[in-house]
Amino acid sequence: MNYMKNANFRAGVAITSFMMIVILIGLFWTPYDPNAMSGSEKFNPPGLSHPFGTDNFGRDIFSRVMQGASATFAIAAATVAIGLAGGLIIGGLTGYYGGWLDDLLMRINDSILAFPAILLALVMVAILGKGRMNIIISLGILFMPSFARIVRTEVAKQKNTDYVRNAKLMGASDIRILCVHIFPNILTVLLSSVAIGFNNAVLAEASMSYLGLGVQPPDPSLGRMLNEAQNFLTRAPWYAISAGIAIILLILGFGLLNEGLSDE
Amino acid sequence: MKYVLKKTGLLLVSLLLISVLAFLAFSVIPGDPATKILGTQYTPERAEQLREELGLNRSLVERYLSWLSDFVRGDPGTSYNYFIPVREVLSGKIQVTVALSLISWLIIVLTGLPLGVFMAKEQRPRLGRFGIVSNQVVMAVPPFFMGILLTYFFGLILKLFTPGNFPGFEESLPQTLFYLLFPALAIALPKAAGVAKMLRSSILKEMRLDYVRTAYSRGNSRWDVIKNHVLRNAMLPVITFLAMTMADAVAGSIIVEQVFALPGLGRLLLASIGNRDYPVAQCIVVMIAALVVFMNYLADIISQYVDPRVRLN
Repeated sequence: MNYMKNANFRAGVAITSFMMIVILIGLFWTPYDPNAMSGSEKFNPPGLSHPFGTDNFGRDIFSRVMQGASATFAIAAATVAIGLAGGLIIGGLTGYYGGWLDDLLMRINDSILAFPAILLALVMVAILGKGRMNIIISLGILFMPSFARIVRTEVAKQKNTDYVRNAKLMGASDIRILCVHIFPNILTVLLSSVAIGFNNAVLAEASMSYLGLGVQPPDPSLGRMLNEAQNFLTRAPWYAISAGIAIILLILGFGLLNEGLSDE
Repeated sequence: MKYVLKKTGLLLVSLLLISVLAFLAFSVIPGDPATKILGTQYTPERAEQLREELGLNRSLVERYLSWLSDFVRGDPGTSYNYFIPVREVLSGKIQVTVALSLISWLIIVLTGLPLGVFMAKEQRPRLGRFGIVSNQVVMAVPPFFMGILLTYFFGLILKLFTPGNFPGFEESLPQTLFYLLFPALAIALPKAAGVAKMLRSSILKEMRLDYVRTAYSRGNSRWDVIKNHVLRNAMLPVITFLAMTMADAVAGSIIVEQVFALPGLGRLLLASIGNRDYPVAQCIVVMIAALVVFMNYLADIISQYVDPRVRLN
């Protein structure tokens, strides 16, 4: 574990584990019911009973941040999983077989990558409609090209190594060579792109939910909360600030992890 | 020249592809526009007549070709929502988005570059560390949250501007530009931090090369070495990056316009997607996409101009 010598990596591990612990606890226990309203406790400033204060419906913001962070993270995780799966299939096949299909797919890949993700995501949402599931599908598809590119480069590099030739001589099928021999060897390289993928996915989910296209009320999501909090900025600035800081911590943690993994 | 021609050809192909894809994307959406427009006044005869008027009866290819030729001639169709030409719906909105993107891009260049040089030259350990850490944190702030923070501090506490009260260019140019400064900062600050970081690591990478040692041996100070020798080389990757940042600034404005209630293309795009006003949405998507492709084209041309080695790849 040479990575631990890297300050970026250590900071990334610390921040990400902290957020993961908060999210994990949030799945089973929150101090209050995140959706429980209370007419007498509207806009309470942060204090002992409500560490982050309460919102316009008297809901406990700390509980909502816990649940919102887990919703945001769950969507990010699903997005990265879809993107990575698609990237492994596309990148693996094109990198391994090469040829004109490789050229064509990579050209398409690059032109998709040249576009701002938010624009493509908006078009996808226009086609599919809004909501949690559709956001996962659109972002997942949008994340495939970047993973495909990395996988392709790595697979093409591994293709001509001795161990792959050996496996071929022993009669292993192409699928077996890809899955059993090549993929495990590119895992370390993929880790840093998974980290940056999480970074981008959290940002994308937060943006889409902020625009009102992702998670729908009353369910909390960090972006959704910022959207609501903006209306009460003067009365309850702690609302926006708590949700915003949670987003920043998630993004910062994954960003640092990525840098730590790719620095070396 | 050959390089420029090749890139220009690719640019034209990309623009054509964008038009096809954008047209297809908004054509596959289920639902009948005629039914939607008529609403409660729906009768089969009326719907049929309207479809005839909008040209929805023709085949996909015919519709695409007529849309494209109209679009190139400056007539992107009729809005389903307002029954006026898309052109009129867009008028006034383009300036807002273009001004916002330009201002934010200028801020990125004017703060990112000096900051990067400063961070590379700074050798006091505490200050340098503080710079790197705060830079990393700023990079992680989503533009819309940066926008909310700026609204809070400058708008609601310091009362420098009234959030949501956008004056408009006709009203007062200086006030409008002043209002745009805050959303531009929201887009620019995280990006500028990225540029600074990139320039810093680019300079530090150059500093390990032999010519730097030679420059030191001739009695130059660290600052002189950076200023006279390193910066020119370290800037190469950053220049390309800056040209592409222009596209990011446009994309950033889609969200940030929402935070500051700016009447720009981004807000209109979101509204027309929400209203299913597809001719408007399609037109905006094509315009932004074309702009992005064009910026990337410029980035390619500029980078081969400043570094002719690019042409060889």
